[in-house]
Amino acid sequence: MQTPILEVSNLSLRYPGASEPAVRDVSFTLGRERLGIVGESGSGKSTVGRALMRLLPQADLSADVMRFEDVDLLRASERQMLKVRGARMSMILQDPKFSLNPIRRCGDQVAEAYRTHVRCTKAEARAKAIAMLDAVQIRDPERVFEFYPHEVSGGMGQRIMIAMMLLTDPQLVIADEPTSALDVTVRLQVLKILDDLVRERGIGLVMISHDLNLVRNFCDRVLIMYAGRVVETLQADALDQARHPYTRGLLAAQPRIGGDRTALPVLDRDPAWLTSETHS
Amino acid sequence: MTFDRRRQLTTIAGQCGSIFVTLFGLLILTFVIGRIMPTDPVRAIVGEDATREVYENVYRQLGLDRPVWEQFFMYLRDVVTLDFGTSIRTGQPVLQDIIHVLPATIELATFAIIVGAGVGIPLGVLAAVHKDRWQDHVIRVFSLMGHSMPIFWTGMIALLVFYAGLGWVGGSGRMSQFYIGLVPERTNFLLIDSALAGEWDVFFSALNHIILPASLLGYSSSAYITRMTRSFMLDQINQEYITTARVKGLSQRQTIWRHAFGNIRVQLVTIVALAYGALLEGAVLIETVFAWPGFGQYLTSNLLIGDMNAVMTCVLIVGVIFIALNILSDLLYRIFDPRTR
Repeated sequence: MQTPILEVSNLSLRYPGASEPAVRDVSFTLGRERLGIVGESGSGKSTVGRALMRLLPQADLSADVMRFEDVDLLRASERQMLKVRGARMSMILQDPKFSLNPIRRCGDQVAEAYRTHVRCTKAEARAKAIAMLDAVQIRDPERVFEFYPHEVSGGMGQRIMIAMMLLTDPQLVIADEPTSALDVTVRLQVLKILDDLVRERGIGLVMISHDLNLVRNFCDRVLIMYAGRVVETLQADALDQARHPYTRGLLAAQPRIGGDRTALPVLDRDPAWLTSETHS
Repeated sequence: MTFDRRRQLTTIAGQCGSIFVTLFGLLILTFVIGRIMPTDPVRAIVGEDATREVYENVYRQLGLDRPVWEQFFMYLRDVVTLDFGTSIRTGQPVLQDIIHVLPATIELATFAIIVGAGVGIPLGVLAAVHKDRWQDHVIRVFSLMGHSMPIFWTGMIALLVFYAGLGWVGGSGRMSQFYIGLVPERTNFLLIDSALAGEWDVFFSALNHIILPASLLGYSSSAYITRMTRSFMLDQINQEYITTARVKGLSQRQTIWRHAFGNIRVQLVTIVALAYGALLEGAVLIETVFAWPGFGQYLTSNLLIGDMNAVMTCVLIVGVIFIALNILSDLLYRIFDPRTR
């Protein structure tokens, strides 16, 4: 593996007013690869993404190392972060219904991502945005540019989101449940577009998800999180050889098409998981 | 696109219809107010010592001997022809009185709402952005004070301090005694009339006199506007599209003003229009303290002596003002929110 894009060591984070940290001692490195972070709701996976973008200024954050390329994310000032966010690292949010500003035209929102970081005329930004809308396979991008978010479908909204976040050629993209809010039918299509662009441009991707199959198919490596900790790190194709009982429990709890319709097993949670970590 | 056009026309037609119905309801209301008030309109005109003959003459003149529905149609006809009758108190046609007092109040209310929104909205945004920090606390105390201090009291204190004590502003009335009658009355908006006539001394005197009562009224309505802005803004700050804007690399200030603020404009329009309407009803207390010859004073003094022609007209005007403000905010909704188009 080449020099890592992202290096995180012992990241912990506690929300103000919370008694327990949401994330504890999370460590991983990321090269030009696709890393999945999987866990159930409340396991802290989204918090890790937002902590990396330094979007949680009120939270109590600590880490031994949190470095993105040459930027020390622990000590970077807000002013430095403004140059990094959206330009060199960006994040795709879950539901375009909420993550796009309802009263501004889709195209303007995409172009704004470019204009925030590159000095250019309105027309240049517009052209850039339209080209990017085209790249996420939106037909008739000029027309879509003029649409308001309530006039586009979920799948198209999420492609607009992807266009907005990849427009500035970032090195790192965090995708926070990028397809959970979409219909099953368009889910794969959107993922394919994201996957193609990420490979083509050599972007490091952190894919946050609760969908094991999705992560298995679209990631190289997988972190399994439980209660704010990484309990296991696996190669995506070796997911079935997981050793941690939590991961095994998650795998066992998946329904299978064509299988018999008995009740799915429920996770048997062991308090010891809160302290141990195994790597394979 | 013809479909869109047709839909637009239907919307406009529907709106006109609802305005018409509201107006009609309003007229019924003012008519009923005129009938059920425990004052005798005839007595108010002829006085206590009139003979029975004179009384009945006037009674017939006013049409009070006819059936109620006929009286209502007479009233409708009068309103449509802008004949609101004569005020007993001033002896002048009500319409003429109103033309004098309403601009004074509009001037004051407009000045006040500019102050109120100009102070209230930025403070509300600031308080929301710094929620639970010292800025928020200071702003909340400031706005609570504006809300809870009685305005006639602040008015008197302010007159004592800024007029009598420091001499920074003019005292009561719309301008200094010295200038009264100097400017030709065209619009009855003193600031506009004096500017049109090029009488800058009068203009500055008027400005000097309006600034204190308008600021006080503005402060008290800013209290409400601040609190509402703060809560609207807090709703927006927690939305996902704000995170998107931050992820794009916009600073906090850009995020607030370019993204969040646009989304509270519709709500702001509603509450500012309501606050403006309340000010246009006439701020009786401040008008009394500052001897401001405005609508609130006119309405109140006529109400107290049972001058029904004037009272009915004033109620009608307040109603029309609110209808007009509603139409205006509907129009602004359409401009500010693409989803309502």
